[in-house]
Amino acid sequence: MSAEHEIAASKNLRGVNCPMNLVYTKVAMSEINPGEVLEIILDDGPPINNVPGSVKKEGHEVLSQARLDDGAWSVLVRKGG
Amino acid sequence: MNYSAEQLERYSRHIILQEVGVEGQEKIGAARVLIVGAGGLGSPAALYLAAAGVGTIGIVDGDVVDLSNLQRQIAHYTKDVGREKVLSAEEKMVAINPDVKVQTHRMLLKAANIREVIRDYDFVLDGTDNFPTKFLVNDACVMENIPFSHGGILRFDGQTMTVLPGRSSCYRCTFRQPPPPDAVPTCSQAGVLGAIAGMLGTIQAAETLKYFIGTGELLTDTLLSFNALNMTFRRVPLRRQDSCPLCGSKPTITELVDYEQTACVIK
Repeated sequence: MSAEHEIAASKNLRGVNCPMNLVYTKVAMSEINPGEVLEIILDDGPPINNVPGSVKKEGHEVLSQARLDDGAWSVLVRKGG
Repeated sequence: MNYSAEQLERYSRHIILQEVGVEGQEKIGAARVLIVGAGGLGSPAALYLAAAGVGTIGIVDGDVVDLSNLQRQIAHYTKDVGREKVLSAEEKMVAINPDVKVQTHRMLLKAANIREVIRDYDFVLDGTDNFPTKFLVNDACVMENIPFSHGGILRFDGQTMTVLPGRSSCYRCTFRQPPPPDAVPTCSQAGVLGAIAGMLGTIQAAETLKYFIGTGELLTDTLLSFNALNMTFRRVPLRRQDSCPLCGSKPTITELVDYEQTACVIK
Protein backbone atom coordinates (compact mmCIF):
# COMPACT_ATOMS: atom_id res chain seq x y z
CA MET A 1 0.00 0.00 0.00
CA SER A 2 2.93 2.32 0.59
CA ALA A 3 3.52 2.32 -3.13
CA GLU A 4 0.27 4.25 -3.62
CA HIS A 5 1.55 7.23 -1.68
CA GLU A 6 4.85 9.04 -1.75
CA ILE A 7 6.00 9.24 1.85
CA ALA A 8 7.58 12.57 2.77
CA ALA A 9 8.74 11.49 6.22
CA SER A 10 8.60 8.49 8.50
CA LYS A 11 8.60 8.37 12.28
CA ASN A 12 9.25 5.18 14.20
CA LEU A 13 7.25 5.42 17.41
CA ARG A 14 7.72 1.83 18.54
CA GLY A 15 7.99 1.77 22.33
CA VAL A 16 6.68 5.34 22.67
CA ASN A 17 3.61 5.52 24.88
CA CYS A 18 0.63 7.88 24.85
CA PRO A 19 0.65 10.80 24.73
CA MET A 20 4.29 11.27 23.72
CA ASN A 21 3.63 9.34 20.49
CA LEU A 22 1.07 12.02 19.59
CA VAL A 23 3.55 14.76 20.53
CA TYR A 24 6.19 13.28 18.20
CA THR A 25 3.57 12.80 15.49
CA LYS A 26 2.56 16.47 15.75
CA VAL A 27 6.20 17.57 15.62
CA ALA A 28 6.76 15.44 12.51
CA MET A 29 3.56 16.81 10.93
CA SER A 30 4.75 20.37 11.57
CA GLU A 31 7.85 19.62 9.53
CA ILE A 32 6.06 18.56 6.33
CA ASN A 33 3.86 20.55 3.96
CA PRO A 34 0.07 20.29 3.60
CA GLY A 35 -0.79 17.44 1.24
CA GLU A 36 2.39 15.49 2.02
CA VAL A 37 2.23 12.09 3.67
CA LEU A 38 3.78 11.11 6.99
CA GLU A 39 4.24 7.48 7.99
CA ILE A 40 4.11 6.73 11.69
CA ILE A 41 4.88 3.36 13.21
CA LEU A 42 2.76 2.79 16.31
CA ASP A 43 2.62 -0.01 18.86
CA ASP A 44 -0.46 -2.18 19.09
CA GLY A 45 -2.91 -1.38 21.91
CA PRO A 46 -3.51 2.17 23.16
CA PRO A 47 -1.19 3.79 20.59
CA ILE A 48 -2.97 2.43 17.50
CA ASN A 49 -6.32 2.87 19.25
CA ASN A 50 -5.75 6.54 20.06
CA VAL A 51 -3.24 8.30 17.82
CA PRO A 52 -5.04 7.96 14.45
CA GLY A 53 -8.24 9.41 15.95
CA SER A 54 -6.35 12.33 17.47
CA VAL A 55 -4.63 12.99 14.16
CA LYS A 56 -8.00 13.05 12.36
CA LYS A 57 -9.38 15.53 14.89
CA GLU A 58 -6.47 17.83 14.04
CA GLY A 59 -7.70 17.98 10.46
CA HIS A 60 -5.40 15.44 8.85
CA GLU A 61 -6.42 12.43 6.77
CA VAL A 62 -5.57 8.90 7.83
CA LEU A 63 -4.94 7.11 4.53
CA SER A 64 -4.25 3.62 5.82
CA GLN A 65 -3.37 1.47 8.81
CA ALA A 66 -1.44 -1.73 8.17
CA ARG A 67 -0.25 -4.38 10.63
CA LEU A 68 3.46 -5.08 10.41
CA ASP A 69 5.21 -8.43 11.01
CA ASP A 70 6.33 -7.44 14.52
CA GLY A 71 2.76 -6.55 15.57
CA ALA A 72 3.26 -2.77 15.27
CA TRP A 73 1.21 -0.66 12.86
CA SER A 74 2.19 1.50 9.94
CA VAL A 75 -0.17 4.45 9.64
CA LEU A 76 -0.09 6.85 6.70
CA VAL A 77 -1.35 10.36 7.36
CA ARG A 78 -1.83 13.11 4.79
CA LYS A 79 -1.30 16.55 6.26
CA GLY A 80 -4.37 18.80 6.15
CA GLY A 81 -4.27 22.32 4.75
CA MET B 1 12.79 25.80 16.71
CA ASN B 2 14.15 22.36 17.47
CA TYR B 3 12.94 21.03 20.78
CA SER B 4 14.99 18.54 22.75
CA ALA B 5 13.28 15.31 23.80
CA GLU B 6 13.17 16.71 27.32
CA GLN B 7 11.46 19.92 26.16
CA LEU B 8 8.93 17.95 24.12
CA GLU B 9 8.06 15.98 27.23
CA ARG B 10 7.94 19.14 29.39
CA TYR B 11 5.55 20.87 26.99
CA SER B 12 3.72 17.72 25.84
CA ARG B 13 0.40 18.64 27.49
CA HIS B 14 0.43 21.92 25.60
CA ILE B 15 1.55 20.42 22.31
CA ILE B 16 -1.18 17.79 22.25
CA LEU B 17 -3.83 20.49 22.58
CA GLN B 18 -5.17 21.12 19.11
CA GLU B 19 -5.39 24.87 19.84
CA VAL B 20 -1.74 25.04 20.93
CA GLY B 21 0.32 22.44 19.12
CA VAL B 22 3.97 22.78 18.19
CA GLU B 23 3.34 26.18 16.60
CA GLY B 24 1.56 27.56 19.66
CA GLN B 25 4.31 26.37 21.96
CA GLU B 26 6.87 28.04 19.72
CA LYS B 27 4.92 31.30 19.99
CA ILE B 28 4.92 30.95 23.78
CA GLY B 29 8.66 30.36 23.68
CA ALA B 30 9.22 33.51 21.64
CA ALA B 31 7.00 35.64 23.92
CA ARG B 32 8.29 38.44 26.12
CA VAL B 33 6.03 39.18 29.10
CA LEU B 34 6.44 41.77 31.84
CA ILE B 35 4.82 41.04 35.20
CA VAL B 36 4.28 44.18 37.26
CA GLY B 37 4.38 43.23 40.92
CA ALA B 38 5.77 40.02 42.42
CA GLY B 39 2.94 39.78 44.93
CA GLY B 40 -0.37 37.98 45.17
CA LEU B 41 -1.22 38.11 41.47
CA GLY B 42 2.32 38.26 40.12
CA SER B 43 3.41 35.15 42.01
CA PRO B 44 1.04 32.60 40.48
CA ALA B 45 1.26 34.34 37.12
CA ALA B 46 5.06 34.20 37.19
CA LEU B 47 5.12 30.54 38.16
CA TYR B 48 2.58 29.45 35.54
CA LEU B 49 4.11 31.53 32.77
CA ALA B 50 7.55 30.12 33.61
CA ALA B 51 6.11 26.62 33.67
CA ALA B 52 4.46 27.27 30.30
CA GLY B 53 7.82 28.13 28.77
CA VAL B 54 7.34 31.84 28.09
CA GLY B 55 10.73 32.69 26.63
CA THR B 56 11.43 35.95 28.44
CA ILE B 57 9.68 37.04 31.61
CA GLY B 58 10.42 40.39 33.20
CA ILE B 59 9.33 40.96 36.77
CA VAL B 60 9.14 44.36 38.44
CA ASP B 61 8.92 44.99 42.16
CA GLY B 62 10.70 47.32 44.52
CA ASP B 63 9.76 45.54 47.75
CA VAL B 64 11.30 42.88 49.93
CA VAL B 65 9.36 39.85 51.13
CA ASP B 66 7.40 40.43 54.33
CA LEU B 67 6.11 37.66 56.58
CA SER B 68 2.54 38.90 55.98
CA ASN B 69 2.98 38.32 52.23
CA LEU B 70 3.37 34.56 52.52
CA GLN B 71 -0.34 33.86 53.06
CA ARG B 72 -0.96 34.53 49.35
CA GLN B 73 2.25 35.41 47.48
CA ILE B 74 3.20 31.86 46.66
CA ALA B 75 6.47 32.54 44.86
CA HIS B 76 7.98 33.50 48.20
CA TYR B 77 8.88 31.07 50.95
CA THR B 78 9.49 31.55 54.66
CA LYS B 79 13.24 31.56 54.06
CA ASP B 80 12.81 34.53 51.69
CA VAL B 81 11.52 36.99 54.29
CA GLY B 82 13.63 40.13 53.99
CA ARG B 83 14.84 39.23 50.49
CA GLU B 84 14.11 41.24 47.33
CA LYS B 85 10.85 39.93 45.87
CA VAL B 86 12.14 39.94 42.30
CA LEU B 87 15.11 37.74 43.26
CA SER B 88 12.94 35.41 45.31
CA ALA B 89 10.49 35.05 42.41
CA GLU B 90 13.26 34.59 39.86
CA GLU B 91 14.71 31.71 41.87
CA LYS B 92 11.40 29.81 41.85
CA MET B 93 10.68 30.52 38.18
CA VAL B 94 14.07 29.24 37.06
CA ALA B 95 13.74 26.23 39.37
CA ILE B 96 10.46 25.32 37.66
CA ASN B 97 11.81 25.89 34.17
CA PRO B 98 15.45 26.62 33.35
CA ASP B 99 14.44 27.32 29.72
CA VAL B 100 13.00 30.66 30.80
CA LYS B 101 15.02 33.85 30.78
CA VAL B 102 14.00 36.01 33.74
CA GLN B 103 14.75 39.72 33.77
CA THR B 104 14.44 41.30 37.21
CA HIS B 105 13.62 44.98 37.63
CA ARG B 106 14.01 45.95 41.28
CA MET B 107 12.27 49.29 41.17
CA LEU B 108 8.98 51.11 41.59
CA LEU B 109 7.36 52.02 38.30
CA LYS B 110 6.80 55.74 37.96
CA ALA B 111 5.65 58.07 35.22
CA ALA B 112 9.27 58.86 34.53
CA ASN B 113 10.47 55.27 34.01
CA ILE B 114 7.58 52.96 33.08
CA ARG B 115 7.53 53.49 29.32
CA GLU B 116 11.18 52.64 29.00
CA VAL B 117 10.70 49.40 30.98
CA ILE B 118 7.56 48.09 29.25
CA ARG B 119 8.80 48.93 25.76
CA ASP B 120 11.00 45.85 25.89
CA TYR B 121 7.99 43.49 26.18
CA ASP B 122 5.11 42.17 24.04
CA PHE B 123 2.55 41.90 26.84
CA VAL B 124 2.20 43.30 30.36
CA LEU B 125 0.48 41.55 33.26
CA ASP B 126 -0.64 44.02 35.90
CA GLY B 127 -0.42 42.51 39.36
CA THR B 128 -0.14 45.75 41.28
CA ASP B 129 -1.86 46.45 44.59
CA ASN B 130 -2.88 50.10 44.18
CA PHE B 131 -4.92 52.30 41.90
CA PRO B 132 -2.23 54.85 41.02
CA THR B 133 -0.03 52.11 39.53
CA LYS B 134 -2.96 50.43 37.77
CA PHE B 135 -3.75 53.69 36.00
CA LEU B 136 -0.07 54.21 35.28
CA VAL B 137 0.19 50.73 33.72
CA ASN B 138 -2.96 51.30 31.66
CA ASP B 139 -1.86 54.71 30.42
CA ALA B 140 1.69 53.61 29.62
CA CYS B 141 0.53 50.45 27.82
CA VAL B 142 -1.98 52.42 25.72
CA MET B 143 0.68 55.02 24.86
CA GLU B 144 3.19 52.33 23.95
CA ASN B 145 0.52 50.18 22.24
CA ILE B 146 1.33 47.14 24.37
CA PRO B 147 -1.50 44.71 25.22
CA PHE B 148 -2.00 44.00 28.90
CA SER B 149 -4.06 42.18 31.48
CA HIS B 150 -5.53 44.26 34.28
CA GLY B 151 -6.18 42.53 37.58
CA GLY B 152 -7.18 43.41 41.10
CA ILE B 153 -8.27 41.60 44.26
CA LEU B 154 -9.65 42.66 47.62
CA ARG B 155 -11.27 40.67 50.42
CA PHE B 156 -13.16 37.93 48.52
CA ASP B 157 -13.45 39.80 45.22
CA GLY B 158 -11.42 39.80 42.08
CA GLN B 159 -11.68 41.52 38.74
CA THR B 160 -9.76 41.35 35.49
CA MET B 161 -9.92 42.55 31.91
CA THR B 162 -7.62 42.30 28.92
CA VAL B 163 -6.80 45.41 26.93
CA LEU B 164 -5.63 45.55 23.34
CA PRO B 165 -4.80 49.26 22.95
CA GLY B 166 -6.61 50.92 20.06
CA ARG B 167 -8.75 47.83 19.54
CA SER B 168 -10.61 47.22 22.80
CA SER B 169 -11.74 49.36 25.70
CA CYS B 170 -9.00 50.46 28.07
CA TYR B 171 -9.23 50.68 31.84
CA ARG B 172 -9.88 54.42 31.59
CA CYS B 173 -12.79 53.96 29.18
CA THR B 174 -14.64 52.58 32.21
CA PHE B 175 -12.78 53.97 35.20
CA ARG B 176 -11.91 57.57 34.46
CA GLN B 177 -9.55 58.27 37.33
CA PRO B 178 -8.22 56.71 40.50
CA PRO B 179 -10.50 56.92 43.53
CA PRO B 180 -9.49 59.57 46.07
CA PRO B 181 -6.71 58.40 48.39
CA ASP B 182 -8.15 56.50 51.37
CA ALA B 183 -11.56 56.13 49.71
CA VAL B 184 -10.72 52.52 48.99
CA PRO B 185 -8.98 50.27 51.48
CA THR B 186 -5.87 48.51 50.27
CA CYS B 187 -5.28 44.80 50.78
CA SER B 188 -3.29 45.49 53.87
CA GLN B 189 -6.13 47.43 55.44
CA ALA B 190 -9.02 45.29 54.27
CA GLY B 191 -7.67 41.78 54.13
CA VAL B 192 -7.80 39.30 51.29
CA LEU B 193 -8.50 35.59 51.09
CA GLY B 194 -5.15 34.23 49.98
CA ALA B 195 -6.47 31.70 47.48
CA ILE B 196 -8.25 34.32 45.38
CA ALA B 197 -4.84 35.70 44.44
CA GLY B 198 -4.29 32.36 42.74
CA MET B 199 -7.75 32.40 41.15
CA LEU B 200 -7.18 35.79 39.58
CA GLY B 201 -3.47 35.54 38.82
CA THR B 202 -3.97 32.29 36.95
CA ILE B 203 -6.83 33.81 34.91
CA GLN B 204 -4.39 36.56 33.94
CA ALA B 205 -1.72 33.98 33.07
CA ALA B 206 -4.22 32.07 30.91
CA GLU B 207 -5.18 35.29 29.10
CA THR B 208 -1.50 36.01 28.48
CA LEU B 209 -0.93 32.56 26.97
CA LYS B 210 -4.08 32.83 24.85
CA TYR B 211 -2.91 36.18 23.52
CA PHE B 212 0.30 34.62 22.22
CA ILE B 213 -1.31 31.43 20.95
CA GLY B 214 -3.89 33.58 19.20
CA THR B 215 -6.81 31.30 19.93
CA GLY B 216 -10.13 31.62 21.73
CA GLU B 217 -11.74 34.78 23.03
CA LEU B 218 -9.80 37.18 25.22
CA LEU B 219 -11.41 39.16 28.05
CA THR B 220 -11.39 42.23 25.84
CA ASP B 221 -14.30 44.64 26.21
CA THR B 222 -15.26 42.51 29.18
CA LEU B 223 -14.74 42.93 32.90
CA LEU B 224 -14.76 39.55 34.60
CA SER B 225 -15.43 39.80 38.30
CA PHE B 226 -15.97 37.18 40.93
CA ASN B 227 -16.93 36.95 44.56
CA ALA B 228 -15.36 33.91 46.17
CA LEU B 229 -17.56 34.07 49.25
CA ASN B 230 -20.56 33.05 47.12
CA MET B 231 -18.35 31.79 44.27
CA THR B 232 -20.25 33.82 41.72
CA PHE B 233 -18.68 35.00 38.46
CA ARG B 234 -19.98 37.88 36.38
CA ARG B 235 -19.02 39.20 32.97
CA VAL B 236 -19.71 42.87 32.40
CA PRO B 237 -19.62 43.91 28.73
CA LEU B 238 -17.61 47.07 28.13
CA ARG B 239 -17.23 49.28 25.10
CA ARG B 240 -14.54 51.61 23.87
CA GLN B 241 -15.56 55.14 24.72
CA ASP B 242 -14.98 57.86 22.19
CA SER B 243 -14.94 60.21 25.16
CA CYS B 244 -12.12 58.28 26.89
CA PRO B 245 -9.52 60.85 27.98
CA LEU B 246 -6.78 58.44 27.01
CA CYS B 247 -7.80 56.35 23.99
CA GLY B 248 -10.78 58.38 22.74
CA SER B 249 -10.83 60.58 19.67
CA LYS B 250 -9.83 63.72 21.59
CA PRO B 251 -7.44 62.54 24.28
CA THR B 252 -6.68 64.93 27.11
CA ILE B 253 -4.15 62.63 28.76
CA THR B 254 -1.03 62.81 26.66
CA GLU B 255 1.56 62.49 29.39
CA LEU B 256 1.93 60.12 32.31
CA VAL B 257 1.28 61.35 35.82
CA ASP B 258 2.07 59.93 39.24
CA TYR B 259 -1.07 59.85 41.38
CA GLU B 260 -0.74 59.87 45.14
CA GLN B 261 0.17 56.45 46.48
CA THR B 262 -1.69 55.11 49.47
CA ALA B 263 -1.04 51.41 49.14
CA CYS B 264 -0.15 49.15 51.98
CA VAL B 265 0.44 51.64 54.72
CA ILE B 266 -0.49 49.13 57.40
CA LYS B 267 1.28 45.81 57.79
